[in-house]
Amino acid sequence: MRYGRYPFIVGFLAAPVAIYVTFVIAPYAQAFYLAMTNWRGVSANPKFIGLQNFERLLQDDIFWKAVRHHGLLLLAVPLITIAIALFFAFMLNVGGGGRRGEMTGVWGSRFYRVVFFFPQVLAVVIVGVIFSRVYAPDDSGLLNGALTAVGLEPVLFMADPDIALWSIVAVLIWQAVGFYVVLFSAGMSSVPKEIYEAATIDGANRTNMFFRVTLPLLWDTLQVAWVYLGIAAFDAFAIVQVLSVDQGGPDGATTVLGMEIYRNAFSYSQFGYASAMGVALFFLTITFAALTLRVSKRETIEL
Amino acid sequence: MSVNPESVSDLTRRTVLRRAAAAGLLATPAAGLLTGCVGGGNDEPTDQAEGEKTKDNPLGVKADAELEVVIFNGGLGTKYATDVHVPSYKAKFPQANVKFSQAEEIATVLQPRFTSNTPPDMVNNAGSKLMDQGALVQAGQVQDLTELFEADSLDIPGKKVKDTLIPGTIEQGSFNGKPYVLNYAFTVYGLWYDSALFEKNGWTAPKTWAEFTALCDKIKAAGITPYSYAGANAAYYQYLAILTSAAKIGGPDVLKNIDNLEPGAWTNDAVKQAAAAWAEIGAKYGNKAHLGLKHTEVQLQQNQGKVAFYPSGSWLENEQAKDTPPAFKYAVMPVPSVTAADKLPQTSIFASAGEMYFVSSKGKNPRGGMEYLRHMLSKAGAKGFTEQTKVLTVVQGAVDGVAVSPGLTSGNAMLTAAGSDYFSYRWPDWYKKLDDEARAATNELMFNGGSADRFCERMQKAADAVKNDPSIEKFKR
Repeated sequence: MRYGRYPFIVGFLAAPVAIYVTFVIAPYAQAFYLAMTNWRGVSANPKFIGLQNFERLLQDDIFWKAVRHHGLLLLAVPLITIAIALFFAFMLNVGGGGRRGEMTGVWGSRFYRVVFFFPQVLAVVIVGVIFSRVYAPDDSGLLNGALTAVGLEPVLFMADPDIALWSIVAVLIWQAVGFYVVLFSAGMSSVPKEIYEAATIDGANRTNMFFRVTLPLLWDTLQVAWVYLGIAAFDAFAIVQVLSVDQGGPDGATTVLGMEIYRNAFSYSQFGYASAMGVALFFLTITFAALTLRVSKRETIEL
Repeated sequence: MSVNPESVSDLTRRTVLRRAAAAGLLATPAAGLLTGCVGGGNDEPTDQAEGEKTKDNPLGVKADAELEVVIFNGGLGTKYATDVHVPSYKAKFPQANVKFSQAEEIATVLQPRFTSNTPPDMVNNAGSKLMDQGALVQAGQVQDLTELFEADSLDIPGKKVKDTLIPGTIEQGSFNGKPYVLNYAFTVYGLWYDSALFEKNGWTAPKTWAEFTALCDKIKAAGITPYSYAGANAAYYQYLAILTSAAKIGGPDVLKNIDNLEPGAWTNDAVKQAAAAWAEIGAKYGNKAHLGLKHTEVQLQQNQGKVAFYPSGSWLENEQAKDTPPAFKYAVMPVPSVTAADKLPQTSIFASAGEMYFVSSKGKNPRGGMEYLRHMLSKAGAKGFTEQTKVLTVVQGAVDGVAVSPGLTSGNAMLTAAGSDYFSYRWPDWYKKLDDEARAATNELMFNGGSADRFCERMQKAADAVKNDPSIEKFKR
């Protein structure tokens, strides 16, 4: 290696690495340490108690309830979001069929593309507030107003423990779909036109075009989408905090780990225990991402 | 300074020194008075401002020391501090700079300052993001207020501060027998209604449960929801009503046992009877949709004449001031008696000193902080507070001669009628976890087909879990 190369590299790397260590690695390390203390957040000297917090965690019903909710979110949110987004993206890009040798979207697709992206522009909290009006349990709510107008009983979206979590799922999907429509659209537009032309000439209909051509060529993008959505499903805190009854209720029916971490830290003042939950969440997320990438590993098709 | 006399670690150097000093100076009436003389413990900052104690300055405030005050900006606003108490302090100590600030989220703003040992001197710990007061006391961050309560009142001649307060105030802010917190606002709780609406319909405030349900039937027939509360964030208004009934049936010890986490405190017959009576109200006269509403939304419905009775505290009138139509006249009544054999009379009520103010023991000017509280507890300070907020204070008779609103008048009358028959509990402040469980259990009881047995067993289980959790500091009263 030539003289002067190391100082050059170090000079460029030092600042970002230092920032990353200070603001990402150090807080993580601190959380691991705090998880083994009984820190209550109001004094400067936490007491070390080993793994006690984790033992408690294993026996904590509400923790397992939150984990089960993440399980459901992990299945439902990515699956439904990707299905809807793929359908829309296909319709916007290829659904119109071939016109003068070019694949086009359905009529008005440029307009739809913008509209689909709207929810993505809104802050999560605003989405929560909007849906608290949509889901309002009496006739002042958007949905229940319509239901009661046609003589139906109002649905207690957030107040009925059986459907509260699904109402949250619907909001998460509503908000995420737009982004993935755009992501998949980008993926589809990078598929060479000749492939579609060839498929059209071979007499492929839209269904075949979608499953045999588009989907395989989008595999990488789908994989990324699945990981992103999975991680979003591990979060879901803001929506639950703003939208759910009694912060994760009724009766814990919508709670997620983020909510429980927040509750333990800031309302029970048990920062140590909350950190232990945070550590658990960290490992759950890492495991999920690793598993997803491993399971979905597949050769990219050579173009 | 530790607060739990049961723990061995209580014997810090500081307490040992203080006890030794107290033993040496037997003539001193209260050992707490010596705190200032001994001082110098390991974990204490040594540069706390201290002046000379005189008749005029009983707390020994250093006249030119800066004082930092942080007030929660919520339903009560902050005008009472900036317009009344800060000027009062400055008038007495013109050389002192009073650094005032307000916060909507007390914990977010202040918690880091406590962990870094640079706390403000006087804090109004309130709002939905308040700091855990028990944890602060446990961590030795809170000044013992014994000296303040023993000092002479600022403007009520011949009385000590403690003698000017409504009985029970000091106990309400005590942790294991030591006063650490001043609960300043005096709140009465009951069922609120629109007296104009009731008068128009010829309805009168019911006293017995039979009268209550009969009236609810009439109200329901008139197309109004007879009784409701907001499940989304204010279920604690309702468990307060349930436990008020329990205390009336079985006497105030029912609540004391709950506070002290006694075995079977929640499965007590009085609690069961109360829960059963309220479950029926929820099932028959409630509105299921209100489980999904916030307190302001249900309160607005009451202002619009859609809800008749609403359980709440005396801050309600001020909170709704903007949305209350001019014809709407707030009135409050005690929770009706459940049985004819209730231990407490129908006029008995839940009432308590609330809204916490405390002084940081590790701040730069704890004497100034206590002095500030003395100004709040002066007659002028209390009167100014009530004028600004329409809320009573713990200072006796300070409201005399103040023009009051219909709700405050009604609340005052209810308090007078109750005489000494008022009671309260502390457990939601002590054990936040239990509070969360009670909210969920109450919503189940009132909205989701729960039963009194289920409610009591669920709460007992949660209380036992708190009791057996070594990581949670226990309190007694």
